[in-house]
Amino acid sequence: MSKFVVENRIWDKEESLPRSDLAALQSSKLRKTVEQVQEVPFYQKKFAEAGLAAEKIQTLDDLQRLPFTTKADLRGEYPLGMLAVGKKDVARYHGSSGTTGQPTMVAYTHNDLKMWSNLCARFLTGGGLLPAHSVQIAFGYGLFTGGFGLHYGVERVGASIIPAAAGNTPKQLMLMMDMQVDALVCTPSYALNISEFIIQNDIPRNALNLKYAHFGGEPWTEDMRTRIEDEMGILCFNNYGLSEVIGPGVSGECAARDGMHIAEDAFIVECINPDTLEPVAPGEEGELVFTSLSKEAMPIIRYRTRDIASLNPEPCACGRTHIRMSRVTGRSDDMLIIKGVNVYPSQVEQALLRVEGTAPHYQIEVDRPDRKDIVTVKVEMTEESFSSSMKEMQELKDRINRAIQTITGLRMNIELVSPNSLERFIGKAQRVIDHRKKV
Amino acid sequence: MKLKQLSVFLENKPGRLRELCALLADSGINMITISLADTEQFGILRLIVSDCEAAKAVLEEKGFVAKITEVIAVEVNDEPGGLRNVLQVEEAAGISVEYMYAFTIKSGENAVLLFRFDDMDKAVDALQTAGFKVLDSVALFNRADD
Ligand SMILES: [Zn+2]
Repeated sequence: MSKFVVENRIWDKEESLPRSDLAALQSSKLRKTVEQVQEVPFYQKKFAEAGLAAEKIQTLDDLQRLPFTTKADLRGEYPLGMLAVGKKDVARYHGSSGTTGQPTMVAYTHNDLKMWSNLCARFLTGGGLLPAHSVQIAFGYGLFTGGFGLHYGVERVGASIIPAAAGNTPKQLMLMMDMQVDALVCTPSYALNISEFIIQNDIPRNALNLKYAHFGGEPWTEDMRTRIEDEMGILCFNNYGLSEVIGPGVSGECAARDGMHIAEDAFIVECINPDTLEPVAPGEEGELVFTSLSKEAMPIIRYRTRDIASLNPEPCACGRTHIRMSRVTGRSDDMLIIKGVNVYPSQVEQALLRVEGTAPHYQIEVDRPDRKDIVTVKVEMTEESFSSSMKEMQELKDRINRAIQTITGLRMNIELVSPNSLERFIGKAQRVIDHRKKV
Repeated sequence: MKLKQLSVFLENKPGRLRELCALLADSGINMITISLADTEQFGILRLIVSDCEAAKAVLEEKGFVAKITEVIAVEVNDEPGGLRNVLQVEEAAGISVEYMYAFTIKSGENAVLLFRFDDMDKAVDALQTAGFKVLDSVALFNRADD
């Protein structure tokens, strides 16, 4: 365990606004956001379809009358259909980590960038960052929001940055040791790689000055936290965000490390039942839905994240008044993150449909036996695809593999199984078995 | 002159093969011969049975994937060079073997070689021209019953 202790520090006063003030702030910002999105043809149409006039949205109670926005909506508006300002007002673009084809593009004005870096500064401060610290950012710098988002957050706090970017673990370790880095920013799975490298190369703990880390970009577990903390002797903090909403900075842990405070002055969060779309009771798991309150370039209304988590409205020991969210425990659409790439079961299904004679019955199993994600797709045999020739059976597996690789960009193991051997589900099929949760 | 073979997809799970044999036995279907080509994960079971269609129906009902494929049965003396002679003929005719297996018939000296070629019709012609005894199902079952 780490000897490092994080003192309770709050970055700005908005984090501890009394709840009534916060509600008033949210109401007025919501009205403004609804007004802004009237500039976006997509929302004009959505409001018209719902028979909803912008001026009818006055209080937070009216929120539920607003239409949802989905990932498919954003894809349909590629590249810049969601823009609420002129292109000349955009300061930066980012994109979601789509696997193939088009990413979902998002845009930021100068004010948006300022607001975003402030949100990152909040959770970084909550998780130990001081101006005197040096931070190694081992996130990809590019369209992905992780690298730049955290970069400007660290800069905002006034700490120093080693923008190592993703990959090249030996170099990461060299920098970490030589620069006596205090904090690491990366995905939790990359942290496992770093930890493994330290163990394999017998790097003594005192060669490193690392005290804590901020992980995000993918779901992880408490078991993983314990493991990384034990192996590396550091404190690990969780943060959450998604490019469609803003990027990292939507929420992050405080020193209490008991849930992530959502920046409620910048977003309204809802937790809904993904089937009925009704709100779930506080503390109950549901799909998180975000409405932006401070964005200019691409304000978003009731964005369905597909991330499953629960909300905790209880006051936190740290003094922040913002609601806390749990870890993301799953996806309402079964999205998987494999080696940092987003994969949907529907993509595997699409690939199978391209291979003649393969049944629509399949299951995806993910494991991380050696800290590397291994994906196995089990496909039920049909008389049509079955052949008495082993060569043809191998060719069938190769065809399936190629089709999956074309669509997802990933190589997966293909297992041919007997018909009806995969469990059948009433309603929503459980296509994914993720054994990594046990790590 | 071609023979019907039943091919069955067999996932490598304990008890699957035994289950299949029991199903066929309970339905009074006789297995003349059986061959298994397998990989780590699955196998292809190839069977010559007394009633191919009935066997297929029985197995399908129990959730097996089964398919009827044509093979060629060639009777040769059970002595060195028997297989080589057949392969020489097919090679000369430009035909390749997809897979093969063999069994000896009860009465002794003769072996039956079962082949799947890439060009089945051409293969039968080449073998018959070269004077090989290509067995149809009636002949094969008679020989097996000897
Ligand atoms: Zn707190």
